[in-house]
Amino acid sequence: MNLFQFCYGLIHWLVDLINNIWYWLGDHLPWWFGNFFTDVGDFARSHAHIAVMAILLEVLIIIIIALINVLNFIWLDRKFMGRMFDFYGPYYVGYRIGGWLQNLADGIKLFVKEIITPAKADRIGFFLGPVIFVGSSFAALVTIPLGWDFYIGTNSGPTVPGVYPGVPASLLIAFMFFAIAPFSILISGWSSNNKYTLIGGMRSAAQMMSYEIPMLLCVASVVLLAGSFSFHGVVAAQHDIWFAIPLFIGFIVFMVCLVAEVEIQPFDLPEAEAELVEGWTTEYCGMRFGLFMMTSYLRGYIGGALAVALFLGGWQGPGFIPDPIWFLTKAYIVFIIVEWMRWSVPRVRVDQILNIGWKRLLPLAMLNLLVAATLKVWGVF
Amino acid sequence: MAEMWINMGPQHPMTHGLWNLRIKVDGETIVDAEPEVGYLHRGIEKICENRTYTQVIPISDRLCYGSSMSWSHLYCLTVEDLMGIEVPERAEYIRVAVLEMQRIASHLMWLAAYAADLGAMIGFIYTMRDREIWIDLLQALTGSRITYNYPRIGGVAHDLPANWDRDALRACDYMDKKLKEYEDLFDGSKVFMMRNEGVGILKKEDALNLGVTGPPLRASGVKYDLRKDQPYSVYPEIDFQPCYHTDRDCYARYKVRMDEMAMSCHIIRQAIKKMPKGKWRVVAPRNGPVGTGLGRVEDPRGEGMMYLVGDGTDRPYRLKIRSPIFVTVSAAPKMLIGYKVADVVAIMGGLDMCIGETDR
Repeated sequence: MNLFQFCYGLIHWLVDLINNIWYWLGDHLPWWFGNFFTDVGDFARSHAHIAVMAILLEVLIIIIIALINVLNFIWLDRKFMGRMFDFYGPYYVGYRIGGWLQNLADGIKLFVKEIITPAKADRIGFFLGPVIFVGSSFAALVTIPLGWDFYIGTNSGPTVPGVYPGVPASLLIAFMFFAIAPFSILISGWSSNNKYTLIGGMRSAAQMMSYEIPMLLCVASVVLLAGSFSFHGVVAAQHDIWFAIPLFIGFIVFMVCLVAEVEIQPFDLPEAEAELVEGWTTEYCGMRFGLFMMTSYLRGYIGGALAVALFLGGWQGPGFIPDPIWFLTKAYIVFIIVEWMRWSVPRVRVDQILNIGWKRLLPLAMLNLLVAATLKVWGVF
Repeated sequence: MAEMWINMGPQHPMTHGLWNLRIKVDGETIVDAEPEVGYLHRGIEKICENRTYTQVIPISDRLCYGSSMSWSHLYCLTVEDLMGIEVPERAEYIRVAVLEMQRIASHLMWLAAYAADLGAMIGFIYTMRDREIWIDLLQALTGSRITYNYPRIGGVAHDLPANWDRDALRACDYMDKKLKEYEDLFDGSKVFMMRNEGVGILKKEDALNLGVTGPPLRASGVKYDLRKDQPYSVYPEIDFQPCYHTDRDCYARYKVRMDEMAMSCHIIRQAIKKMPKGKWRVVAPRNGPVGTGLGRVEDPRGEGMMYLVGDGTDRPYRLKIRSPIFVTVSAAPKMLIGYKVADVVAIMGGLDMCIGETDR
């Protein structure tokens, strides 16, 4: 049973339950209601309605899982940073669960703060920036499966060999949504009408330009080996060996690009707090800033999930652990390694980051593609 | 891209203190720079004219939050020059030991701020943690942690507490270990070297012409250290070498300060070993003579100088303070032009700005 079937069954059961009362009402209310009750009840029981509701429920489940993971990630980040830095990290709020409730407390604090739009800011752009940033990042969650049976989709299991469950080109869609965010950063940086945010936005655009290409070349090598644009296909192709082993160069390049894409410490030039105050988020306050903050961790979560699905065998592991838990465990480990790096190295400079991108990562990504093509031609995969 | 002026300050994370750096950028490249100081002017020189010679000591502590000991010592040195007081030898050795401790604490605070500027938060936490040891030692000696009010005209306020010299020697051993750790953490980091090497080059001639002193001058290849070149206190009897570097960039400034910390540990060990028994203070007269006094010391940030005019009363007629950073910051345009916006934090952070003494 996959997630869709589960949701479909749940909605169906719920509709039947309500319909019992609904039809009873239709039978006992005055005649001038006509067939209204029967028509509505029949519509509610129809396959189309239940399927749509089931998809909405699926999306809700995936988003809730993602948000809980984001809270975990922020907590883990602060706790891990604290241990690295010789202090405890969050501690008092939620004492018995290791200070986990600190994030919720911070969120409530941000909620009650006033949202200020600067007088000289471009109001539409200033509002659209966070909307696009948050929206595109959540949209990237849509096609990432957490397990063989745990994904947003309507079809169930492979019916024809070579056809995988879920959206056929799920990988492309995920990367498409993932790559939208820098535009929103540019929009919000420019519309804030502030020199720091403008420089931050321009840096973000430059950074995205130089790191999107090697990243997608690494993805191309994975797709080449797996022979499928679907996450399910890529993970299924890693049944015998993780792609991180034959495509070792690609894995390293992908991780570096990922860190640059989610703007984590050595490459967090757009929000370099030393010289640009808070970078492109300088003028944002209250919950808008909170959304930016939360979404940057959400992007960390998506990045970890992408790295796991593409290179680290996805949800495949010892069978006794459920797929999603295995998948998320790997994503957490990837995230912790990224955070480890984040808190221990300085930030690179803008010309250096472009040099790394164009002079080092791009040739390495090409080399990696060559390795993948060679392996494919030899028939290893 | 059009050129534009950016204010980095007065409220900005790059400025440690309250000052303003205006830079003109072409895209990301700096084409012009203009430091502005004076936001924190407290009129300390004027305040000093209304206080007796002894009452000025706590005020001179307030000159710099990073190294207040060296400033109150400098003031006492100046008044002793004016009054012609001979300081007991034990007091001189205690002064040398605490001054070098203050130098290490100040450099550690600089390293913390510098690492945080470059983005390595771990450097900030580790260096501040190790600074605690020196601050604790000074607290055990003087009773306070930032403004010590310890030197007196004619000696120091009181003798060393029990076992203090043993703890100081242990702290030196600990520091030697930690300096190796910092070397692994920073010198071993490729990103740190990328941010520092070849950045903010200050030519030897420029440094000399602009009056730059202290670690930035020694990092430009000039072997100028007042402890050696114009010795005060008991520095001539202590074996040490001024640390200098010829690379002239941010890395050289970092390296000079790291070497100085190791050298300061060396000096503290010698000062504690050579410290004689005896008096630690002579009583100074209340009224100073008519005349002038001049004191020059090697502050952690450069050459600190005080010039004092006495008019025969118990108050200074005029006190002039030469702050090292006030002079050094004028070299900012020479160092900044041609580099990127992100280099501003590395270059200006490498100067170890302290606005308390700059604006006085």
